[in-house]
Amino acid sequence: MSTVLENLVNRPYKHGFVTDIESETAPKGLSEDTIRLISRKKNEPEWLLEFRLSAYRHWLTMPEPAWPNVKYPKIDFQDIIYYSAPRPKKLGSMDEVDPELLRTFEKLGVPMNERAKLAGVAVDVIFDSVSVATTYKQKLAEAGIIFCSISEAVREHPELVRKYLGTVVPPGDNFYAALNTAVFTDGSFCFIPRGVKCPMELSTYFRINTESSGQFERTLIIAEDGASVSYLEGCTAPKFDTNQLHAAVVELIALDNANIKYSTVQNWYAGDEKGVGGIYNFVTKRGLCKGVNAKISWTQVETGSAITWKYPSCVLLGDNSIGEFYSVALTNHHQQADTGTKMVHIGKNTKSTIISKGISAGHSNNSYRGLVRITAKAEGARNYSQCDSMLIGSQCGANTFPYIQVHNHTAKVEHEATTSKIGEDQLFYFQSRGIGAEEAVSMIINGFCKEVFKQLPMEFAVEATKLLGLKLEGSVG
Amino acid sequence: MINSNAKVLLEVRNLSATVAGVEILKGINLTVRAGEVHAIMGPNGSGKSTLAKVLVGHPAYGVSDGEVLFEGKNLFALAPEERSRAGLFLGFQYPVEIAGVSNSAFLRLIYNTVQGARGKDELDPLEFDDFVREKMKLLDMDPSFLDRSVNDGFSGGEKKRNEILQMALLEPKLAILDETDSGLDIDALRTVANSVNQLMTPHNAVVLVTHYQRLLNYIVPDYVHVMEGGKIIKTGGKALAEELESRGYDWVMDEYKAGAGAVA
Repeated sequence: MSTVLENLVNRPYKHGFVTDIESETAPKGLSEDTIRLISRKKNEPEWLLEFRLSAYRHWLTMPEPAWPNVKYPKIDFQDIIYYSAPRPKKLGSMDEVDPELLRTFEKLGVPMNERAKLAGVAVDVIFDSVSVATTYKQKLAEAGIIFCSISEAVREHPELVRKYLGTVVPPGDNFYAALNTAVFTDGSFCFIPRGVKCPMELSTYFRINTESSGQFERTLIIAEDGASVSYLEGCTAPKFDTNQLHAAVVELIALDNANIKYSTVQNWYAGDEKGVGGIYNFVTKRGLCKGVNAKISWTQVETGSAITWKYPSCVLLGDNSIGEFYSVALTNHHQQADTGTKMVHIGKNTKSTIISKGISAGHSNNSYRGLVRITAKAEGARNYSQCDSMLIGSQCGANTFPYIQVHNHTAKVEHEATTSKIGEDQLFYFQSRGIGAEEAVSMIINGFCKEVFKQLPMEFAVEATKLLGLKLEGSVG
Repeated sequence: MINSNAKVLLEVRNLSATVAGVEILKGINLTVRAGEVHAIMGPNGSGKSTLAKVLVGHPAYGVSDGEVLFEGKNLFALAPEERSRAGLFLGFQYPVEIAGVSNSAFLRLIYNTVQGARGKDELDPLEFDDFVREKMKLLDMDPSFLDRSVNDGFSGGEKKRNEILQMALLEPKLAILDETDSGLDIDALRTVANSVNQLMTPHNAVVLVTHYQRLLNYIVPDYVHVMEGGKIIKTGGKALAEELESRGYDWVMDEYKAGAGAVA
């Protein structure tokens, strides 16, 4: 049986190819000069350079966080390339996009071009550090929606960027957020004006291509009063033996009655079965429900990366605002994940829901870490948390670290946690009814994750289901 | 129903098997023909459940000697799922709980898998829903069982009914029912037994593994085998079960030892 499980969880990484595109790359290393170079390459205004530099100076004083339940060798921040871009070319239409690049996305199965239109998905593609092409911009513009790369937003809508950038995740928030603020290269910007419901799902596909390049993207999404948007993010990276750093920052701002739904399917390269290579995914994602009745919902399916360190959070400032976190984190081989959420209740009658499903296989280690804080003013706040762990095999680990801080006696906070194991007997039960081990594992996992999958937009739910199957699939011998 | 010309479904020849390196089965011989009901009885630890699990291919058990033919073919050449598709079924003594997997999806999957293996049409979810509800009526099962997770939070009796429901869906050629009577009250026992009887045809067979003879009042066996120490030490008809009920097992063992001694 153990061989069955071993085979099931051993499967090669499908997206591990390198695209041969000429890229313009800065030398390795980080200094104020590197930051000035990035800022100059992007023709940024002075205030943004200063913003970066002050974050960098702050970062120099900060220690690397040691509290996560993950182990890795010390990162040499001077051994990373902080800027890498496909050779600049002015792109008028999709036809002008490097065919090699388009083939890359085809291999990745990213819906673009006509396929994107058919699927009703607007894709803003981030390839290493520069946003390559944005489809559907026209149609969105008609609705008054701005959806572009953050670099473009800095050029075209500097007042909006300046007003909101760093207001949810301040430059000195944490070590990796400070680093990101200093060196972020690109990312997405999305602005939904008052009263507008975004007519389609917005989607960004991130991919890291150059060896030893870090990807530091920055995403900023603003939904004004009564606006709503659903945003999808997918991530992949080619295989390299060296570890690559990915330190992104995502900020969401929801004003009165606004609704933001942010979904991620993360499949960064996880390293090989011995734990060599893979992405270090150290990401700060935070949403601010600034207005009354605002709602921010995070859904994530995390299957990749050598190390995941990520806590998509909600600050519930507006009265009656709602925060949600739905997560599936799967780790295999030697992957490590320390992921969860923070729900900070400040406004009255604020509500939050946390549903976390951790799946560990191989020698991996999977931790849920979550904070629920009810501040003194948060009359009538409510939280419900459910953290379930599933173990496949006997050499993996699962941990739950819930932090609950309640400063208002009218609050109602519930926390439930379970741990289960896909055991020999469960698989055998399926087999004795004619169902093979692979299909059995897939059915059990999908059953385990269904509360989260049903939160994903349809196409993503299908992709996520497939992805989990692939991650655990193998020839049963 | 004994018909010595009926097709042999299962032929167990000198089967020995181990679990965790300890030999539990020590030379079992058993022939089951179409149309027959066999009961395997014996005290705790005699190897009854082990025999059932070895036949369906549980990975914890290893075959150390002997062979088993299912419809004339080497059973041990088949993976457990292939044995099921070939028409072998085990009703588990302790059916495992599978949280998160809905019973209806599970039942439909196993039904369609076996239908596919037999070259028959699969049912879509709506057709299957009608079909399975009819089967559940026979077992006095509430339709709400379809919406629950497989065996999750089921009482002992509910789990056993769910096993027989699966048997009704899969229509196996040979069903081994391991302690299906345990955990059932008398009404439930009657319902389950009636269902099993209804599923019996001249082309299939049932092997009942049980401690007690009360199940055999409802499903009348053609053969009763007594197991002890990993062997079948006595075989008789329905009357043997009644005798065991009144006299216990000791006398069979004594008789066996005396017989074995006489041979030696």
